[in-house]
Amino acid sequence: MSVIVNQSVVSVIVDHDKCIAGKGCRVCIDVCPTDILALDPQDGKVKMVYDECWYCLPCEHDCPTKAIHVEIPYLLR
Amino acid sequence: METRHIDADILVIGGGTAGPIAAIKAKAKNPQLKVLLLDKANVKRAGAIAEGMDSVNNAIVPGYATPEQYVKEITIANDGIVNQAAINAYAVRSYAMIRELDEWGVKFEKDETGDYAVKKVHHLGAYVLPMPEGYDVKKVIFRQLRKHGVQVSNRLVTTRLLVGEGGRAAGAMALDSRSGEFAVIRARAVVLCTGAAGRLGLPSSGYLFGTYENPTNAGDGYSMAYHAGAELSGLECFQINPLIKDYNGPACAYVTGPFGGYTVNAKGERFIKSDYWSGQMMLEFWRELEGGNGPVFLKLDHLADETVTRIENVLHVTERPTRGRFHEGRGTDYRSDLVEMHISEIGLCGGHSASGVWVDEHARTTVPGLYAAGDLCNVAHNYMLGAMVYGQIAGEDAVDFIAGRDFAAFDAAQVERERERVFAPLLREDGLAPTQVEYKLRRMVNDYLQPPKVTRKMEIGLQRFAEIRADLGRLKANNPHELMRAMEVYAILDCAELAAAASLYRTESRWGLYHYRVEYEGRNDADWFAFVQVRKGADGRPECFKREVPPYLYPIDAAERDAYDRLRFEQPATV
Ligand SMILES: Cc1cc2nc3c(=O)[nH]c(=O)nc-3n(C[C@H](O)[C@H](O)[C@H](O)COP(=O)(O)OP(=O)(O)OC[C@H]3O[C@@H](n4cnc5c(N)ncnc54)[C@H](O)[C@@H]3O)c2cc1C
Ligand code: SF4
Ligand code: SF4
Repeated sequence: MSVIVNQSVVSVIVDHDKCIAGKGCRVCIDVCPTDILALDPQDGKVKMVYDECWYCLPCEHDCPTKAIHVEIPYLLR
Repeated sequence: METRHIDADILVIGGGTAGPIAAIKAKAKNPQLKVLLLDKANVKRAGAIAEGMDSVNNAIVPGYATPEQYVKEITIANDGIVNQAAINAYAVRSYAMIRELDEWGVKFEKDETGDYAVKKVHHLGAYVLPMPEGYDVKKVIFRQLRKHGVQVSNRLVTTRLLVGEGGRAAGAMALDSRSGEFAVIRARAVVLCTGAAGRLGLPSSGYLFGTYENPTNAGDGYSMAYHAGAELSGLECFQINPLIKDYNGPACAYVTGPFGGYTVNAKGERFIKSDYWSGQMMLEFWRELEGGNGPVFLKLDHLADETVTRIENVLHVTERPTRGRFHEGRGTDYRSDLVEMHISEIGLCGGHSASGVWVDEHARTTVPGLYAAGDLCNVAHNYMLGAMVYGQIAGEDAVDFIAGRDFAAFDAAQVERERERVFAPLLREDGLAPTQVEYKLRRMVNDYLQPPKVTRKMEIGLQRFAEIRADLGRLKANNPHELMRAMEVYAILDCAELAAAASLYRTESRWGLYHYRVEYEGRNDADWFAFVQVRKGADGRPECFKREVPPYLYPIDAAERDAYDRLRFEQPATV
């Protein structure tokens, strides 16, 4: 069975200049209830990997460097 | 796929609101026990209260209300179908729980004299205690978990309970959504606190995770309890809430009401007397939306600037703090604009309506050694504080239950069967994406189960659900995360079928919009003054039956009985 990959808007924005995942920080990945944030091995920063966000904010509030900004998912705006 | 074996004296599943209190109270009662609390998410930020709460919606504070008044109001608001003993078990412990949370460091609103500042939002009595600085509640509770030595395990998605000899709960099986490991957990008692079935209907935005409930709460607990043989109750009494349109979060009447905010129709008229969430209120709301008087709005633009600022300091800071961001995106300012409101997708939630796993006043389900607390159990309108109190009741009773009882022996075949079911989507070469099957299933739920309920529609719905059940054998997951989503689809489907079965069974209308059946207008107490229960029948299919309403502790006068049917203003009220 062949599949089509769907395109979604990334609504959890990570500021690469501020994210210290390279130093071992995983706070946002740990707290996200829907488990949609992951380390991008390419650049050593965090990114949204599933379009399953409850726009609830633990990731943003608990990030030690305030690197995360959550936007309302596109379909709801 | 490795299998991890874990043993615990008491296993608490779900670390949101009820679960942590169950674990803390069990440990406090017997510190020698191994109490394990597990969650699909991370207990630190899991559940409905991840970002705190706007208010205690059902505080019974001496001087403002008595347990008797509260139990009566909840009885009336639920058209009489309640187990008063279960509601009373919450009511008599409500104040002590507030005091304890206060001592732990949770902040509640107080007046100048230091007393709790309770507000009236319900139709009859005063039970709302604001929490303008309630955002720390999870942190406070987490400190207590540590202090009491509760063991915590995150990212474990429980998929089935283990059933032991004599039908007793023997533990649970879970999938680690990060490592893909399978866990078999033996326990002497199990407390289920997995929250509402929040991913049943599809929000009108079409966004799967844009639900009213925390979307981690997919209905897993209902499914697990059902397959373990437990009785479920009131699944025809849906949860439907009035929410900010598209954002799909509360506005929230409990916050703005005491400040002078209220709901109006398109003409700017007030049409309901009480914004307290009940099926009757939702029916009036729905009639206004559908009857040509919509849209419906929350009105705050008449309030003083500093009052609106105080409201913003709650609504945009706790519970659903992105509310402000949403309004900003659309250029909505409470000072000058009305907030468009809408009706949520349907769900199952004891905390807001009156459905769930049947428990008595000791939080015991009908399965020995299995407890349920919080939104998952059928203690009506129990909300956050009721979840905590039922957690306490369950945790403490479980300690007594296991005294002198060892682990229940169980048939290992169920572990093999479950392993096979859980890992099949990962092992399959290709197939259907879990999110796509979920989308279709939840759209069908909207199409066929959303009230007003129509017999023929629900029957077609059941056919569609059966077809989707056949599709489950084609689910394809590419990693443990997608596997978690695949397992959730199984649970959502169980909830959809059970909700349809219970709705078809009760041939009357009750609870306003929650169970509004067009072919059976009105309440029929002669035939239906009873709970509708559902359990797994001998043929493996849902079996519905009636359970008597236990005699009331506090009788209701004929004059009070229908108070919630008189929510509509006789004359449109323009204020
Ligand atoms: C947006 C919103 C606003 C609310 N506002 C108020 C308010 O102002 N006042 C008030 O009193 N009440 C309010 N409520 C209701 C109140 O929050 C809930 O009734 C209460 O928190 C429910 O607690 P719970 O423990 O049952 O569920 P939750 O706190 O949601 O916890 C359930 C937990 O179970 C976990 N889980 C689910 N499935 C599994 C599984 N298979 N395996 C392992 N773990 C699992 C979840 O991750 C979650 O952590 C609100 C609810 C919502 C959603
Ligand atoms: S919490 Fe912040 S700093 Fe840490 S990994 Fe996430 S984005 Fe980076
Ligand atoms: S807003 Fe909530 S769901 Fe979205 S990424 Fe952050 S923690 Fe996860």
